[in-house]
Amino acid sequence: MNARTGAGAVGDLSRRLQAPGPRYGEKFIQGLLALCAVLSVLTTTVIVLSLLGPTIGFFEIVPASEFFFEVDWTPQFEPPSFGVLAIVAGTLNVALWAMLFAIPIGLGAAIYLSEYATPRVRRTVKPVLEILAGIPTVAIGIFAVTFILPEIIQPLWPGELLGGVEKPFMALAASLGIGLMVVPIIASISEDAMSAVPRGLREGAYAMGATRMKVATRVVFPAALSGIVASVVLAISRAVGETMIVLIAGGSTPNATFLPNESIQAMTAYIAVTATGDISTGSIDYKSVFAVGAVLFLLTLAMNLLSIRLVRKYREVYE
Amino acid sequence: MRSERARLATAGARATVAATLGNQPRRDVVLNAVFAGLLLLAVLVALAGLAALLLQALVRGAPALSTDLFTNVPSTLRPETAGFRPAILGSLELIAGVIVFVVPIGIGAAIYLEEYADSSKWWNRAIEVNIQNLAAVPSIIYGILGLAFVVRGPLDLGFVLVAGSLTLALLVLPIVIIAAREAIRAVPDSIRQGSLALGATRWQTIRRQVLPASIPGIATGVILAVSRALGEAAPLLLVGATVFVTFDPTPFGDGYSAMPVQIFNYAVRPQEEFQTLAFAGVIVMLVVLLAMNSFAIWLRNRYEQRW
Repeated sequence: MNARTGAGAVGDLSRRLQAPGPRYGEKFIQGLLALCAVLSVLTTTVIVLSLLGPTIGFFEIVPASEFFFEVDWTPQFEPPSFGVLAIVAGTLNVALWAMLFAIPIGLGAAIYLSEYATPRVRRTVKPVLEILAGIPTVAIGIFAVTFILPEIIQPLWPGELLGGVEKPFMALAASLGIGLMVVPIIASISEDAMSAVPRGLREGAYAMGATRMKVATRVVFPAALSGIVASVVLAISRAVGETMIVLIAGGSTPNATFLPNESIQAMTAYIAVTATGDISTGSIDYKSVFAVGAVLFLLTLAMNLLSIRLVRKYREVYE
Repeated sequence: MRSERARLATAGARATVAATLGNQPRRDVVLNAVFAGLLLLAVLVALAGLAALLLQALVRGAPALSTDLFTNVPSTLRPETAGFRPAILGSLELIAGVIVFVVPIGIGAAIYLEEYADSSKWWNRAIEVNIQNLAAVPSIIYGILGLAFVVRGPLDLGFVLVAGSLTLALLVLPIVIIAAREAIRAVPDSIRQGSLALGATRWQTIRRQVLPASIPGIATGVILAVSRALGEAAPLLLVGATVFVTFDPTPFGDGYSAMPVQIFNYAVRPQEEFQTLAFAGVIVMLVVLLAMNSFAIWLRNRYEQRW
């Protein structure tokens, strides 16, 4: 009798804990939410598909050997030449000098904010630096061509030694503009990585008599290295993909050079110049935009995946 | 009231510290000072760059600042009467479209990934990596996507404002998803378990507990995403933000413009007056963007919950 009551109670309890019905609504909502997440995958698929079709069409007309190994990019000439290296070099030229500016400045700012600054300075300076990341790139492009070039580069350029700088467009102007744009990316992500290094490591070093510099460079920097490298890779990816600054300040002369005082054309600038307005769908120009876009997409994809992997794989988990 | 004894002890301790730590090699001490100076210099260079950019825009754009900027239409001939009216309206309509697309889809995706997805399954991890990558795809690639897929191709909308909205929405969607996920992740599990223990279903828990608690974070992410979309010019160049639109744009009407594109077009003209107009446009954009970003930061600090 007692046992039966007990069993009955257990049965009652388990019955009450079950859902009264199958709850199709819950399943429906879950499906709907999953659909939202899948949409992001769809975006990538659509990007790849949009690039693929015209790119294949492009390679039916222009041989791949010309595209990948020639260094003349003259689509408007007769006969046209499509050597993508000329504009890949333009992009890399700008990115290289931008990084030579942004990496020391960004890392310096990150180390200062994380290791030297008082909490109050850090609370003020970090958001102010992040404002830079939110400034529209068209404004930075205008700044590069109307201020950085005439007021900074041309007066400071070391004379005829390295060639003249009387050009209206110069890779270096775009580089410094882009450098300014990516400084907060490097500073902010690296600072986060350095702040995540536990205090115990620092205090151990201080107890051994290390100076702040030794602590910063020999203890904190190596411990935060994966985050720092990821921030730099992300910054390079941004520099390679930036359009408006190179379009306004870099010029429009495809030029396979790494000299900072030459006028160049970056891949993004070529796309932006060529695909504007009513370009006819079947033309070789239209298709070339997609071929260049595919190169750009693959280049940045490789860097982004590297950056994501670095952050994941080498994330130090303390405690 | 310090006794003689305590003073002696303090002095002794200080002497011991100085003896053991004070004899850092002179070279190290000097190097440290130089290093600190260089670091400070790096911060100052970055801050000076920002200050120079803001000041230059202010100085060069000030002569053209007037309400005419908001009421007048662009002109190729008379810069003195040219303004930004269609571009401002175009940007506002573009942003309205972006919000309509991005808020439900972005939050939905974030909820799925945080609340439902089993991250040990490879497809859910693939979605995550995919979103992280999309956040760093160059904006011009989204322009190509818009051109090939929205303007022409499958959707075939033509060069209309809605096509621009869709393109920008896809561009900022990953930003919203990442921010919303972080906000949802910050809600502690005990809140969910409490709700579930009281008999709420999974969705009821999300809708009545998790979402209300994470709204400030989500709103911050949406504002930052919108400010990014507002400043973006490159993809719009490809999807038809044609420049000399002298009428008020409509969602499906032919031709529209946007602030950054209009600024770009004034800036590349050689005449001084157009340059001044471009700088005035930059001032307007910077004021709006700074206001939005400050609001986002305020929102985050004001409503940030510590559990």
